Amino acid sequence: MTAPLVIFFVLAALAVLGAVSLILQRHPIHSALSLIVVMVALAGLYLLMGAEFIAAVQIIVYGGAIMVLFVFVIMLLNAGEEERTNFSKLATYAGIPLAVAMTGFIAAAIARSSGSLSPAAQGGALTSTKALSMLLFNEFVYPFELTSFLILVAILGAIVLAQRES
Amino acid sequence: MNEFLTEYAFLIVPILKIAILVLLVLTMDAYLTWIERKVIAHIQARWGPHRVGPHGLLQPLADGLKFIFKEDPLPANVDKLAYFLAPFLTLMLALTSLAVIPFGPQRFKIFGYETHVGIADVNISLLVLFAITALGVYGVALAGWASNSKYSLLGGLRSSAQMISYELALTLSVVGVLLIAGDFSLRGIVEHQSGTGRGILSWNIFPQIIGFVCFFIAAIAETNRVPFDLPEAESELVAGFHTEYASMKFAMFFIAEYTSMITVSCLATILFFGGWLSPFPVSWTFTHYLPSVLLIPFGLWVIFDGMRYENLLGRILLPGVGTALAAIGAALIVFPMINDIVQGPFWFLAKVFTFLFVYIWMRGTLPRFRYDQLMSFGWKFLLPVSIANVVLTAVAILIWGRLS
Amino acid sequence: MVPTNHYLLLSAILFGLGIVGFVFKRNIITLFMSIELMLNAVNLAFVAFSQSLGKPDGEVFVLFVIVVAAAEAAVGLGIIILTARNRRSLNVERVDLLKL
Repeated sequence: MTAPLVIFFVLAALAVLGAVSLILQRHPIHSALSLIVVMVALAGLYLLMGAEFIAAVQIIVYGGAIMVLFVFVIMLLNAGEEERTNFSKLATYAGIPLAVAMTGFIAAAIARSSGSLSPAAQGGALTSTKALSMLLFNEFVYPFELTSFLILVAILGAIVLAQRES
Repeated sequence: MNEFLTEYAFLIVPILKIAILVLLVLTMDAYLTWIERKVIAHIQARWGPHRVGPHGLLQPLADGLKFIFKEDPLPANVDKLAYFLAPFLTLMLALTSLAVIPFGPQRFKIFGYETHVGIADVNISLLVLFAITALGVYGVALAGWASNSKYSLLGGLRSSAQMISYELALTLSVVGVLLIAGDFSLRGIVEHQSGTGRGILSWNIFPQIIGFVCFFIAAIAETNRVPFDLPEAESELVAGFHTEYASMKFAMFFIAEYTSMITVSCLATILFFGGWLSPFPVSWTFTHYLPSVLLIPFGLWVIFDGMRYENLLGRILLPGVGTALAAIGAALIVFPMINDIVQGPFWFLAKVFTFLFVYIWMRGTLPRFRYDQLMSFGWKFLLPVSIANVVLTAVAILIWGRLS
Repeated sequence: MVPTNHYLLLSAILFGLGIVGFVFKRNIITLFMSIELMLNAVNLAFVAFSQSLGKPDGEVFVLFVIVVAAAEAAVGLGIIILTARNRRSLNVERVDLLKL
């Protein structure tokens, strides 16, 4: 039981607990807090894998901006606890076993391919920030410019949607 | 015993450093409140606290005792998880951000374990600080919402909106420094500024003056201090997002605010003012005696002032403190080895205290921004200026190359 | 070192949990958060493969996924606010007719 393995299991347990809590909580603000826990746990896992820049970006952008947006909307809309409606029992009785079966299928496929994948020997230097940026601005410069255009479109869309009817 | 210490040194030494740092920072927080009240009082032509102990020096102790003994009420219909989580989260984030700040240049060995002055030496320490600042918005937003009160909700939403707006300008104003230094780690940025040993001329403040101004303004907005403290102003929204918090939980918000002030000051000195580097060139070795030259006369003055103090406690305590200070100053002259170790942290603390004084000075002098003025300033002025700074720095590096 | 399969298994579990949340929750915002959970699971798989192959390509993809998720969250939450104001309810089962 080496130290990286122990840290992995702790962070993985935290992530799974956060995801289960996201589904089981009744109030959306508690679900949002659980999702933030999942994201921080995933950032820890990225650090464990040596992807330090991605870990920082995950917390700054995902955890510090996108989830703040979610929390703001929940507060603005004054979302309350979920109401209990009985629209469909079929969903519960047939759906959960099917979802578990699907996840088990993917997991079995992963476990069967165990021989071919293992972590590369020199992780850190090849995936450093400098290597990332060299790749981003040389080979992926066209998608990079497209994403900036996408963000511009999203900003315009959000402004148009938020206008009052006058 | 010695083998036990050597084998587990990698665990014991960081825990010791954390304990020392937290103790030091909490004491500094407490006396920062004293300094703030005294300075603002003298700006406003009055005395400030001067009854509790000589010159009011025991006032933070009295305030701490008050926080412990006060009733800690729980308002009705609050969301318990968010209500208890918010101050805890804010305090935890504020204290954690101190872990990645390097305080001095030395590397030394304790129990055979080589370590440095600072808790964690990661090579993305600047990004870690930004991540912690980004998460700090949650403390305020959750506090405002969980209190089940209109004033708190409005104050919390306004404060969070202010924090995320100025966070962008904060991050972008530092990119100029990153371009010049080429390194994310704070230690690397300071070592880049030590350059050719020219002292103050090689600090980042001269190439990055626009970046520094943007950074400092954005940092004041991030820490919710005057002139950006509308969300917690007493005359506007009762007390904003911490209206419904009393005693211990309010103390947590309070400590978190002063700790983030200290963190921002440390960051400003490291990024723009050379961290622990002396402003004098390295060849002027006689400036190494500056700490002693400052401490000994100050200690003597405190002794002289204490001997004429009005009550007995002052006449005993102040000369004692003055003697200790003068003795430390003399010891620094007598033992040059200790003097070399003290140089780095001395300059670091001097610069941090200068920034803290500027913070407090602004609180005593400037009026408050209105909320719409605040938001339009952040988005329409500060953000474009930060982006322009990044573009200018990039063009300058392309033309002239990185200096040193 | 942690074998890559562990990360992929965790990614599959999180993705499955995201699907369960997406199918069974009735609050629009919680639904949206389950979608974000699925995107995070996929990001984890990308970074795991990037570490396994020793090339930074996977991490570049993660950056793009995060940007797209941010844009989608902004516009989606705008739509959610408008829908909630028109229907006066955040229950997704009440948004089942084209007419208000």
